[in-house]
Amino acid sequence: MIRFLCLGLWRDRSRSLFPLLTVVIGVMLTVVMFSWIKGFTENFLGTSARLGSGHVAVMSRAYAGERDQLPNDLALTGVQGLLERLHRDFPSFAWTPRIRFAGLLDVPDEKGETRAQGPVGGLAVDLFSPGSPEPAILDLEPTLVGGALPAGRGEVLLAHELASRLGLAPGASVTLIAGTMFGGMATANLTVAGTFRFGAPAMDRGMILMDVADARAVLDMDDAAGEIAGFFHSGFYDRRAAEAAAARFNARFASSQDPFAPRMDTLITLSGMGQFLGYMDTILGAIVAVFLATMFIVLWNTGLMGNIRRYGEIGVRLAMGETKGRVYRSLIGEAAIIGLAGSLIGTVLGLALAFYVQAHGLDFGNIMKNASLLMTTRFHTHVTAAAYVIGFIPGLAATVLGAATAGRAIYKRQTSRLLKELEA
Amino acid sequence: MADELLIRTEELVKVFPMGRSEVRALNRVSLDFRAGEFAGLVGPSGSGKTTFLNVVGSLDAPTSGSAEVLGRRIEGLSHREAADLRNRSIGFIFQTFNLLPVYTAYENVEFPLLLLRVPAAQRRRMVMDALEWVGLADRSRSRPAQLSGGESQRVAIARAVVKRPPLLLADEPTANLDAENSHHILRTMAALNRELGTTFLFATHDEKVIAYLHRKITLVDGRVERDEPLTPAAGRETGP
Repeated sequence: MIRFLCLGLWRDRSRSLFPLLTVVIGVMLTVVMFSWIKGFTENFLGTSARLGSGHVAVMSRAYAGERDQLPNDLALTGVQGLLERLHRDFPSFAWTPRIRFAGLLDVPDEKGETRAQGPVGGLAVDLFSPGSPEPAILDLEPTLVGGALPAGRGEVLLAHELASRLGLAPGASVTLIAGTMFGGMATANLTVAGTFRFGAPAMDRGMILMDVADARAVLDMDDAAGEIAGFFHSGFYDRRAAEAAAARFNARFASSQDPFAPRMDTLITLSGMGQFLGYMDTILGAIVAVFLATMFIVLWNTGLMGNIRRYGEIGVRLAMGETKGRVYRSLIGEAAIIGLAGSLIGTVLGLALAFYVQAHGLDFGNIMKNASLLMTTRFHTHVTAAAYVIGFIPGLAATVLGAATAGRAIYKRQTSRLLKELEA
Repeated sequence: MADELLIRTEELVKVFPMGRSEVRALNRVSLDFRAGEFAGLVGPSGSGKTTFLNVVGSLDAPTSGSAEVLGRRIEGLSHREAADLRNRSIGFIFQTFNLLPVYTAYENVEFPLLLLRVPAAQRRRMVMDALEWVGLADRSRSRPAQLSGGESQRVAIARAVVKRPPLLLADEPTANLDAENSHHILRTMAALNRELGTTFLFATHDEKVIAYLHRKITLVDGRVERDEPLTPAAGRETGP
């Protein structure tokens, strides 16, 4: 009987082609949208972790309370010892110190007078220590626009837009003016080794990137750091594992009243993205529900039209002794075959498209020039295991539900009228 | 077998509501049909021919009276039992053929056997036998759209007889056929009646059909006006 149903579907394209296309398109869009939103979220999380404070961050309680002000006077001290404990107790993370600061960049002319000046946001990371995870995390090489990576002390990278604005080229000397950890004024002459563009407008407008040892020397932060960032070795943020690690770490200092005691926060807490992620999950659910509802309505109507077109066929089958239940089940069986095939094809096409965008990305640089979000302008999809099934179940369910709803009309057929109807 | 009582109706009444009034389509019809008969119900439109076929075909239940078909009381059958009776024991031939358009002649004839879950090898033999009976074995791969009206009706006959039902009901089977094709399919049915012993019960007002009947029951306003044996005027001995 299944062969019989398949033959009917294959030969009668109006019975199979439109529903199949509906399912294929619906499932494909569901898979692509799902992967797109996952990629969007991953971009947000990944960029925030990479250019911000990692997947988890350890800082002093006092620093954490005023983190937006970059309060280096409240920074962690005794960082080397803390790093060793973190490496030992939380080996699933790569730990690295980071210092953020704000300052003024002064560009001298040939006489040493100020030629140009501009405010900068600074990020100091461990570029040179053996085994430092930062080069791999920041992956600076592809972001270079001009010059080279810092090769030694006193060499820094500047955001390309900032360098252009100040008329700086690689090799130029600049003076950084900032505040020390103890409230004094700090100045340092630095050399621009190269310029970069991360593709995150918030970072590319006015950032200076330097080695953490240089920053410690300039800002008088010996064995201190604003934050110790922790990155999952997998590269992907695992919300549950991050929260568990933070809870375990903070439990050790729960009884301490010291405002400089360390505390660990997760990326979600630090970036305030908990609500954002919840919102994204809701959007994902809504997208799947909308596609499911749309497919259901379209397929229900297709089923109704099909039943009208096949009125005679259904009548003669009932007259020949097929029960209404069996006819009904056969219609659902046909729908299941279409749903399976459509969901399979739609999933394959959707995954192909999602994998392509995951590999190549789509550049929204032109429309995000002024964005202040910490995210790159090239968006990639992120194909997860869920993408393999996210469209499959709604595709199959919508097809079967559509046929089941439309097929109820069979139970309203009166066998006593069949002969008259079949003569019409 | 030949004298076995196949259908017995007693005081069969079928009333259809029609707004506030009602139409009495069958009015106390009592008829017996024995196995192997080649009989027809004749009469003008609205005389109750199709309603009678509906009841004995277990498609409808009588309002009162009784109808016993192949030992089963129609008025007491559930939907599933009625479907089972039709599936196993009754074949239908319609005026408009009603072949399933996307399937070949072979598959159309095969369909009732699929419902009966006949094993594949046996099914194939039975289908080819049925198509040979109606002279269409060579057209088994043709779709209904590729068949003439006469050929389509012969496929419909093959589909009706393939499961070897003891009773075959034909409602105006020649109404959409020209004279030559009408005689062709009537000769086919007569041959099947003779060779397989299938009982045929027609509802018709076509003189060409009446010419082949052995028994003619005339219905008028839902009543049996006349029930008479006939000597077939047409070539009953001529095979298809």
